[in-house]
Amino acid sequence: MAVITMREALNQALREELRRDENVFLMGEEVAAYQGAYKVTKGLLDEFGDKRVIDTPITELGFAGLGVGAAMAGLRPIVEFMTFNFSILATDQIINSAAKMLYMSGGQFKVPIVFRGPGGSAFQVSSQHSQALESWFAYFPGLKVVMPSTPADAKGLLKSSIRDDDPVVFIEQERMYGNKGEVPEDPDFTIPLGVSEVKRAGQDATIVARSLMVPVALKAAEQLEKQGVSCEVIDPRTIRPLDIETIVTSVKKTNRVVVAEESHPFCGVGAEISTEIMERAFDFLDAPVKRVSGADVPMPYAKNLEDLAIPTVDQIVAAVREVSYLE
Amino acid sequence: MATQVIMPKLSPTMEEGQISRWLKKEGDTVSMGEPLAEIDTDKATMEMQALSNGVLRKILVKEGESAPLGQMIAVIGEPDEDISQMLSGASAEKAKSPSPAQGETEPKSEAKTEPKAEPETPAPLVASRADGNGREASPSPSAVDSGRLIVSPLAARMAAEAGIDLRDLTGSGPGGRIIKRDIELALEQPKGGKPATSPRVTQLRAVEPRPGQQFGASPYRDEPASEIRRTIAKRLVTSLGPVPHFFLTTEIEMDKTVEMRKSINALDPELKISINDIIIKVVAAALLQHPQVNASYQDRAIRYYERADIGVAVAIEEGLITPVVRSADQKSLSEIAAEVRELAERARNRKLRPEEYTGASFSISNLGMFGIDEFTAVINPPEGAILAIGAVSPKPVVRDEQIVIRQMMRVTMSCDHRVIDGATGAKFLKTLKKILENPLYLVV
Repeated sequence: MAVITMREALNQALREELRRDENVFLMGEEVAAYQGAYKVTKGLLDEFGDKRVIDTPITELGFAGLGVGAAMAGLRPIVEFMTFNFSILATDQIINSAAKMLYMSGGQFKVPIVFRGPGGSAFQVSSQHSQALESWFAYFPGLKVVMPSTPADAKGLLKSSIRDDDPVVFIEQERMYGNKGEVPEDPDFTIPLGVSEVKRAGQDATIVARSLMVPVALKAAEQLEKQGVSCEVIDPRTIRPLDIETIVTSVKKTNRVVVAEESHPFCGVGAEISTEIMERAFDFLDAPVKRVSGADVPMPYAKNLEDLAIPTVDQIVAAVREVSYLE
Repeated sequence: MATQVIMPKLSPTMEEGQISRWLKKEGDTVSMGEPLAEIDTDKATMEMQALSNGVLRKILVKEGESAPLGQMIAVIGEPDEDISQMLSGASAEKAKSPSPAQGETEPKSEAKTEPKAEPETPAPLVASRADGNGREASPSPSAVDSGRLIVSPLAARMAAEAGIDLRDLTGSGPGGRIIKRDIELALEQPKGGKPATSPRVTQLRAVEPRPGQQFGASPYRDEPASEIRRTIAKRLVTSLGPVPHFFLTTEIEMDKTVEMRKSINALDPELKISINDIIIKVVAAALLQHPQVNASYQDRAIRYYERADIGVAVAIEEGLITPVVRSADQKSLSEIAAEVRELAERARNRKLRPEEYTGASFSISNLGMFGIDEFTAVINPPEGAILAIGAVSPKPVVRDEQIVIRQMMRVTMSCDHRVIDGATGAKFLKTLKKILENPLYLVV
């Protein structure tokens, strides 16, 4: 298997699906001529032409709505937000149209659309451009929410998202576009939505992490192994539908959980996972579920403060030691 | 509208209170803020005030009886109001938790060969949870949480499956939470059955029975343990159990201190400085030189105190209490002497306020006046150490290869090993000994 970046893996997924199904098309700001603000769509205009790879004006609500209409009419649009911060402008189309259309039309209109782009913190782009919005979208029935943490997951999950008949919010992580990993080249390689992956097996404590926090949690697990604490790291990969069974199975084995997330703690996905664990595995908990979340402040611009706002390896190590009663 | 009068929290460690005296009787008019009863708490006798206006309609807990925090003890209402519904709730509540004051008091003479079965207590997880209704008028709703067992869900399930009584365990988690490893530890230990018969019976048989007289076990009577005795019991087992004690003993030549005391008291007969007052002063001085000993073990930290607040154990009729001489390092001997006298006097009358007998940084206990040469004392958590002081008495000692008579005193320090190590404690005692053997150090 070739070792490629997450950026290239996403590009492969788009290219393979554009080739496989002529109903698939891509639109967004700078996706065509400029080849993508983060070069995820590099070379796609050349191969597929301007009918299928379309530059839009800076009108998120407009082109998101256009995408929903196209999906209802039978196409499979991929709508790129330059970053998910700008999806906030399009939430009426995502939530009120895409998420609810199948239900409100009594099953007459499915909306096979993918909204994708980078989310979460980047490098010093401050409050309005550094936010993890997954809990917003995961809140609404009707949307699927996917967050890959490796190049292979990014490719396999994006292909499944494009093939899925429901609207999918596919959130990449700007800091991870350059992360490398082995990626299968088989054009039929996909990863099903709604399936967690155990990224590292362990006995003593479970760390549930997604997106940017997965590599951080794996580093924490390495350090903890040296301290005699064996950690299981689980990446849900799909936030909704959430594969809680894999997490609960792990908790029943380890009895202790830390949920690591880049997002704010309040009403976050970590709060939901924590509640689900409490509801399904209360009698197996030896300690309260511990969350390690991003700081509950708008993301600071200053480098030193930005570093303090994003969970670190040390914080996860400390949290695991706390739930293991080692402090 | 009728309101419930509930057992209030009147001291920081109180879990239940005993009605010492009702200051109002049924039918009396009461107004808000008026003294209603005197409550015997674990430490002091405190006045309880009425929290509403009306007539004291019903007294539910009689004088001499106890009730846990939050339990309804009386009803205040309009003279003709129907309070039967409120009372039926109270009797159900009372039936659930029988008052511990209703113990046996009459002498019993039948031979007992087995220890008395412990009374059935409610399920451990709900122990001492007060009825939610009682909380409305409670000055401190959090009080109902004190004394509750804290168990992780997993540990609770493991204990239930293994048939382990959680009340027998000490939790090693934060706040004493019983966790998985505590259950695993309990499972590893062999089931230690308590001896089925009391050894007292066989010991008594060693005495030849007189003709015509049957010797059984000794007759006995049960008296309800007073609040303070129960508090002492609870406090002391929380000490020797979880606190790893170790003991350091040294012998101190007190001649110069005894001499100094005589000289000071000769200045003014009103001064009445005791050896114990001087020891308090010297301990305070030594503590400031050894901050590691003026410390306590907290959940996740070692707390070092900046001043020397010395707890002084005072024997009172029903037990003991340790009033605190605050900032003893900054006070003169005459100030310390006057303060100790005043605190001890009020301790004997049980008139100390809670803040006057809690929060010492170090304690001393002196049994010298009882002729005890040497003993060990139990640490009063969370303090890091306690100094047990024996009698000052003339003893032959060797000085310059001659046997001479000196006034000797033995002291033993009990140290919490989580805070104080052997060498640390020894250095402190060395300083203490140095100053007491030459009290001029106090003024240099």
